[in-house]
Amino acid sequence: MLSYFITRLAQAVVVVFAMSVIVFVGVFAIGNPIDVMIDPGATQAIREKLIAQYGLDQPLVVQYWTFLKNVAQGDLGTSMVYNIPVVDLVFSRFPATLELVLVSVLIAVGVGIPAGLWAGYRPDSIGAKMIMALSVLGFSVPTFWIGMLLIMGFAVELGWLPSGGRGDEATVFGITSSLFTPDGWSHVIMPAINLSLFKMGLMIRLTRAGMVEAMGTDYVKFARAQGLPDRQIVFRHILRNISIPIVTVLGLELGSTLAFAVVTESVFNWPGVGKLIIDSILQLDRPVMVSYLIMVVILFVLINLVVDLVYARLDPRVRLKGGA
Amino acid sequence: MPEIVAENIAAVPSAPPVETRAERLRNFWSDFRESWVAVGALIVIGVLLFLSFGAPLVSPQDPYDMAALDWLDAFLRPGTEGSGGYVHLLGTDNAGRDMLSAIFYGLRTSFVIGLSAGALALLVGIAVGLTAAYFGGRIEALLMRIVDLQLSMPAILLALVLVAMLGQGVAQIILALVVAQYAYFARTTHGAAKVERGKDYIEAARSTPLPTHRVLFKHLLPNVLPPLIVVATVQVASAIALEATLSFLGVGLPLTEPSLGSLISNGFKYIHSDRYWLSIYPGLALMVTVVAINLVGDQVRKVLDPRNSR
Repeated sequence: MLSYFITRLAQAVVVVFAMSVIVFVGVFAIGNPIDVMIDPGATQAIREKLIAQYGLDQPLVVQYWTFLKNVAQGDLGTSMVYNIPVVDLVFSRFPATLELVLVSVLIAVGVGIPAGLWAGYRPDSIGAKMIMALSVLGFSVPTFWIGMLLIMGFAVELGWLPSGGRGDEATVFGITSSLFTPDGWSHVIMPAINLSLFKMGLMIRLTRAGMVEAMGTDYVKFARAQGLPDRQIVFRHILRNISIPIVTVLGLELGSTLAFAVVTESVFNWPGVGKLIIDSILQLDRPVMVSYLIMVVILFVLINLVVDLVYARLDPRVRLKGGA
Repeated sequence: MPEIVAENIAAVPSAPPVETRAERLRNFWSDFRESWVAVGALIVIGVLLFLSFGAPLVSPQDPYDMAALDWLDAFLRPGTEGSGGYVHLLGTDNAGRDMLSAIFYGLRTSFVIGLSAGALALLVGIAVGLTAAYFGGRIEALLMRIVDLQLSMPAILLALVLVAMLGQGVAQIILALVVAQYAYFARTTHGAAKVERGKDYIEAARSTPLPTHRVLFKHLLPNVLPPLIVVATVQVASAIALEATLSFLGVGLPLTEPSLGSLISNGFKYIHSDRYWLSIYPGLALMVTVVAINLVGDQVRKVLDPRNSR
């Protein structure tokens, strides 16, 4: 187990390094940020001074080395647009994204699992067919388009909810969040529903598949023979058995939810990390792009590593063949 | 000496009848037909393909031709007659562009991108998957680890970054989508090929002096094709949706080369001014396209699933 752990950890470190080089070179290839930053009428002297200030006159290798040294000291650079350290920038935007992701996961679980249970309990009923059709829609219809429909319906036509932005914040127990105010909830509900649809589809399919499979197993037959009511069989026995894969997938999906937040945050003008990365791409804010991408790579490598290690712990066959 | 060969075959005790290609196709179709939803979706796709690739013939206006656009026609409501002397069924946009024509042309761009990205990703994926499965060892470990890592990352994020690096344009988007999507094909090919590789017929083929590429492409590939077809349909739909998302986010295609995504993105600017037709109609076209392809893909999967075979 230990040798497997060390091999996988070493692999993860190599991947992060390789990706950081790719990201750095790739981002370096995008346009010249100086042209975007300063007004075209600026003198050559001002241009050169700025280029030197950001170290853009150095060879790529030197720039990468400087970047690595700075990262080792916890310095991810300074945003060229906002002129504040990238670390501060990302962390100032992070609570908003976290709120959005949290509420959307709650919606996905709260609606998706009961719907999936029903669809698996009565697979041939009209309700089940409608639930499955909805889950196909959640999978295949692009997020941004549904978000736009929500805005058109609930914000423009009905005027019930605000069309974008984050609501008032309040501080409870030292945590500042917009989820503590009614205004905050009115802002978060639409983007959260939008972001939850894909996961909801996934939850429905997963729960339904587990439910259908469980309904044919012996333990359910015995529980039935014992005269237990269906409600008790479903919630006490089946749900407990199928909850393991559901929780696993939910954990894995957390990373991709952060990624999908890029789209939802842009549609709803939600001031989170996703909106930040889109803006930084459009404005060629290199330090923000590089840092965000490397953070994402680290996040996904970590998720992968944890999953692999947990599986290896649970299933010895994985670690026997998987050293390579 | 064809006679002798024929005689030899006749002498062999009668083998079970092998399905010819035509029979297999007919069986496939009769299974596919069982779902009228899927048949309907297939018809819808056919109509959309005709309308989009026949766009210059069927659309009332050429939305690329700046000379044909009249500023006086801007923001006409659906069903209004414009200066061109015909009715704009779906209205016009801020530049006086007929929305119906723009959607046909936009759909064409979306199809071209989706189909070519899907086809290229299929080829790259097959190459990677077959190489990994056939050679095994270190090559397999390395390739499949890269594929796994990529699969754990959402395609949208990967495509977003790539497009940001490569710049705007049809070729750049296709390249970004291929890089983001080949992994699905590689995974599927690898999985199916690993199973097939262990079977006797591949063992037999390898023991003959046949060259490697012949074993790979003539014997192994045809048998891993069915699951790939399913992945391909789904991936074409998701390539179209991805492109639309990228264009919507402003990193995809510019409005001078309208895809459905750039049309929707343009319409989104006017969402608060009651000019719903600028974004609703191209969005509907996108939704119908993507859902129809997915429905067909769903049915193809059911038909090709070996557990369903009679």
